[in-house]
Amino acid sequence: MMSALETNFGQTPSQTVGPYFAYGLTATQYGYDFDQPFDSAVALDGATGERIRLEGRVIDGDGNPIFDAMIEISQPDGDGRYPQSVEEAQQRGFRGFGRCGTGTDAQKRFVFHTVKPGAEAPGEAPHINVIVTMRGLLLHAFTRIYFSDEAEANAADAVLQSVPAQRRKTLVAERSEQGGAVVYRLDIHMQGADETAFFDV
Amino acid sequence: MLDRTKQPLATLAPRDWASHPAYVYPGYKSTAKRGPQQPLIPLKASLGELQQPVYGHSSIGEFDHDLTRNARRNGEPLGERMILTGQVLDERKRPVRNTLVELWQANAAGRYVHKVDQHDAPLDPNFLGAGRCMTDDEGRYRFLTIKPGAYPWGNHPNAWRPQHIHLSLFGEHFASRLITQMYFPGDPLLQYDPMVTGTPEKYRNRLVADFSLDITEPDYALGYQFDIVLRGADETPFENR
Repeated sequence: MMSALETNFGQTPSQTVGPYFAYGLTATQYGYDFDQPFDSAVALDGATGERIRLEGRVIDGDGNPIFDAMIEISQPDGDGRYPQSVEEAQQRGFRGFGRCGTGTDAQKRFVFHTVKPGAEAPGEAPHINVIVTMRGLLLHAFTRIYFSDEAEANAADAVLQSVPAQRRKTLVAERSEQGGAVVYRLDIHMQGADETAFFDV
Repeated sequence: MLDRTKQPLATLAPRDWASHPAYVYPGYKSTAKRGPQQPLIPLKASLGELQQPVYGHSSIGEFDHDLTRNARRNGEPLGERMILTGQVLDERKRPVRNTLVELWQANAAGRYVHKVDQHDAPLDPNFLGAGRCMTDDEGRYRFLTIKPGAYPWGNHPNAWRPQHIHLSLFGEHFASRLITQMYFPGDPLLQYDPMVTGTPEKYRNRLVADFSLDITEPDYALGYQFDIVLRGADETPFENR
């Protein structure tokens, strides 16, 4: 074992992803000559569930959109099922995991192509699990995205209800329909009056 | 929808807050407007936080782990060849098998391929600086690469980042995700670097690799060992608690 861990065993400290992650983690999206294991296509043809686009910006403490953030999402399909193998993901057309940087969109958005998830378990509202990372964040942040048209399920969801009432809206994406496509939109605010509720998972 | 009563779920060891940097660290300027300021809300990991993304060996290319080969155009990349290897463990010292390790770094001159990097040091046409591999049955990963150079940045006057390699890992669960940086032993820049000094002092040495003559390959490349410890599951299923 590495000498530091022999006398000082424990979790490896986190460090920032820095400004130059794009060609390592999101190479295809940013036009570098390398592929990437995960991208914005979470659901492919044949996935179970309502096809949606999930988009938003990441906003800093001055109210400016951040162009060098990376968002990762994990979710079940419309049946509430996570793929358990590569083969299953291929068969069901559903990868369950996505990754998108905010540096290639003119509006500095992250945009995912997915399906609206089903509830994972009785009593839980449908939601997407989110990892937020960027230059200037020494430790990635965990949050969730819920859905504006699930008011009843949201009101019964223990995690969402554990968030102070005035901050719950920071976790709920607004549904709209644009040219026949269903779009959910939610900006992630790192600081300020609308600071997103981040979780100690 | 899953019936949780039929599926035993592990619980996760918590994030060890003493080991990680704080969200806002004055020495690292970019944290001031980006680090969350409200207290985090406790969330006991449920099904979603215990998932891991699915991917397989089939998605890893033959030279993805070899940065001395995976971007060659007209020759070998310049610089000092090195081997970076180590074991990925959970907090019970069990190997984390078949997990994806992604890596990116500057070239030997301290220049990133990234379009945003304006440092006046040469790019290397034969070096991209990105790689990936999967851990084996003992949790080991191994990369061949070029030792990255130090480079200047604008955080404070005469600021230089120590030589480092970025690493990204998933581990066995969504919640065991880790993005970190590995540093080199004896680097005089470590004491001035706010990403290092922003890490609690007692645990900074976990970010510094060991030089290893055992890993070093004669007449070919120097060897460095960097073991990584991720959050893991406790073994107690929910039902038994």
